[in-house]
Amino acid sequence: MENEKNILEVRNLQVNFKTYAGDVKAIRNVSFDLRKGETLAIVGESGSGKSVTTRTIMGLNARNADITSGSILYKDQDLLKKSDKDMESIRGQDIAEIFQDPMTSLDPTMKIGKQIAEPLMVHKGMKKEKALAQALEMMKLVGITDAENRINDYPHQFSGGMRQRIVIAIALINYPEILIADEPTTALDVTIQAQILNLMKELQDKISTSIIFITHDLGVVAGMADRVAVMYAGKIVEYGTVDEIFYNPKHPYTWGLLSSMPTLDSSGDELPSIPGTPPDLLDPPKGDAFAARNAYALKVDTEQEPPFFKVSDTHYAATWLLHPEAPKVTPPAQIVARQKKYAEMQKDLVAQQRPAVPVEEEEEQQ
Amino acid sequence: MDYENADKILEVKHLKQYFNVGKADEVRAVDDISFDIYRGETFGLVGESGSGKTTTGRAIIHLYEPTSGEILFNGKNVDNFKSKADQREFRQDMQMIFQDPYASLNPRMKVKDIVAEGIDINHLAKDDADRTKRVEDLLETVGLNKDHSSRYPHEFSGGQRQRIGIARALAVDPKFVIADEPISALDVSIQAQVVNLMKKLQREQGLTYLFIAHDLSMVKYISDRIGVMHYGRMLEIADSDEIYAHPLHDYTKSLLSAVPVPDPEFERTREEIHYDGSGENDGKERHLVEIAPRHWVRADDDEIDMYTQRAHEASLIRK
Ligand SMILES: Nc1ncnc2c1ncn2[C@@H]1O[C@H](COP(=O)(O)OP(=O)(O)OP(=O)(O)O)[C@@H](O)[C@H]1O
Ligand SMILES: Nc1ncnc2c1ncn2[C@@H]1O[C@H](COP(=O)(O)OP(=O)(O)OP(=O)(O)O)[C@@H](O)[C@H]1O
Ligand SMILES: [Mg+2]
Ligand SMILES: [Mg+2]
Repeated sequence: MENEKNILEVRNLQVNFKTYAGDVKAIRNVSFDLRKGETLAIVGESGSGKSVTTRTIMGLNARNADITSGSILYKDQDLLKKSDKDMESIRGQDIAEIFQDPMTSLDPTMKIGKQIAEPLMVHKGMKKEKALAQALEMMKLVGITDAENRINDYPHQFSGGMRQRIVIAIALINYPEILIADEPTTALDVTIQAQILNLMKELQDKISTSIIFITHDLGVVAGMADRVAVMYAGKIVEYGTVDEIFYNPKHPYTWGLLSSMPTLDSSGDELPSIPGTPPDLLDPPKGDAFAARNAYALKVDTEQEPPFFKVSDTHYAATWLLHPEAPKVTPPAQIVARQKKYAEMQKDLVAQQRPAVPVEEEEEQQ
Repeated sequence: MDYENADKILEVKHLKQYFNVGKADEVRAVDDISFDIYRGETFGLVGESGSGKTTTGRAIIHLYEPTSGEILFNGKNVDNFKSKADQREFRQDMQMIFQDPYASLNPRMKVKDIVAEGIDINHLAKDDADRTKRVEDLLETVGLNKDHSSRYPHEFSGGQRQRIGIARALAVDPKFVIADEPISALDVSIQAQVVNLMKKLQREQGLTYLFIAHDLSMVKYISDRIGVMHYGRMLEIADSDEIYAHPLHDYTKSLLSAVPVPDPEFERTREEIHYDGSGENDGKERHLVEIAPRHWVRADDDEIDMYTQRAHEASLIRK
């Protein structure tokens, strides 16, 4: 590992899908780190590659997937070089995942106590009684009331929110190092969502898991994430701390994403929206893939792909607007308001802010 | 919205919609709710999962016989539309857009036939050329183009499919559209496109919307007034700005406090308010009372004073 604080290092990942129409270039050179104990949120439009990225980490990609380059370092070992059998064991113990729809990840015919206990018996060879006792503890931990009496119930006897708690219990029973949560609360209403998010934060403190959190709800990101990576058309286009991304975003796609979400105090007739549709990943455009939908696009965007420019030690964005010679542009009003708020929060730091400088290849990742 | 001169397009009076009546698993999905919707407005319906929002919508469009109560559309009782002509007019005037843009479009039908469904059923097209023209106009209205008409639903993105669903609903020139979670399945940037489109169509065609959703910031954005449902009951109705700024019912306060806000600093200091609903089942008679002008809260006689006090404190009532 380049950095001992990192629990996971993804480098130059490229994933294609073979289809009858050609190769879908779903992940196009993605690199990021996951630090110990942090929550990293991945946001971006539908189809931008969030799920494929995490499924590649889990070794659970569809059969037509072709990983053409990259490495995924976990505990000094490249997960992409592991056998299926090793990956199965890693999934059971080290890296766990919760999905959007709790019903599809539960077995409707198996008692929930047994479902929660199973990873202990399979991966740790634990005896049934002991495993069930631990399962009961975990049920209490995730807040299933009257756990003693419900351990022999089946999934359909629980509400949606309770089922998601069961899924979390299964994912956490082996105290995984990494938890991948792919839209874990999208199917739940706000009240239940708040409960589940609080639960995840609490458990993260208790068992110090690192979390990769995928969601399209930027409100949830604001409350959950330490750092945020923004994906567009198979690439990460900006990453930084949650404050940097929400209060001082630099990439026009991040601007669009943040502006198109109404807040409880937004009003007016037209909600800013990103025009057009995402590019065809069978034949991704040359240059900056966002250029065609970008009101701030420069000529160079259609010719040459922007490198990452460094905004701060923790904040990088791939847009030519950060080039020292680029024309100065004013971001949308919503973003300017956010920057003002950031400036107030960081009053003393502002004076020290340096101009953006392009990043050399080797130090692209901090 | 000018409510002084507005007239009611829809009146819901003491609607009860129960399932499995008289059996052990009886569900009181909607339990005695009353509210009106004015012509040209957007009425938002919010509440947690299972609170009865969809059931209310389906009862209004008459997919169910109400257990009791009545629904008046343009002043006429929906239940009494006995003549074929009345029924057909009702089915044209009221349309529904569904939550799931994937499941609600028949995958084996071409876009033009999906959109023309209502035109065909109601024999609205003079001939084939007229039908084609209507479909192409509709596709243009929702921001698609006529080249799209010969394609199948799977060839479109989620946002585009939702536009096809909207075009289908608009084909029969409706007056009242029920949109049940029309954007929940879409991602943020596309949600904004669809919401903008719905607002534009409302301005241009004078549509009235019943907008059901669990994303409270989007509901506030699109709605003129909002009703809050809980366990089949309507707890509070007010103008959308007012209900967000000054909720009077504890449940509304609790619901709003759970909404995640895209602002990290706000999230770090957010306090959730918990709601204990047990008080609602104390057997006391409660009904919606107009506590402040156009601001209704479900209350019993004792609670009226408490809510009035709250409204005073929020300066919703002038002395
Ligand atoms: N098995 C597959 N075969 C072909 N293309 C695929 C396959 N799986 C995913 N893709 C494509 O890869 C791209 C990335 O998909 P992915 O599921 O990662 O998107 P996402 O960012 O998770 O979107 P969402 O928010 O809708 O879940 C998409 O263009 C998708 O169509
Ligand atoms: N056909 C039916 N038979 C029996 N029970 C039903 C039926 N339809 C709905 N219900 C029940 O009625 C209650 C209200 O359901 P409804 O679908 O109206 O809720 P909702 O507010 O739309 O919730 P969501 O936000 O989850 O869509 C729920 O308890 C539901 O299980
Ligand atoms: Mg996904
Ligand atoms: Mg519903």
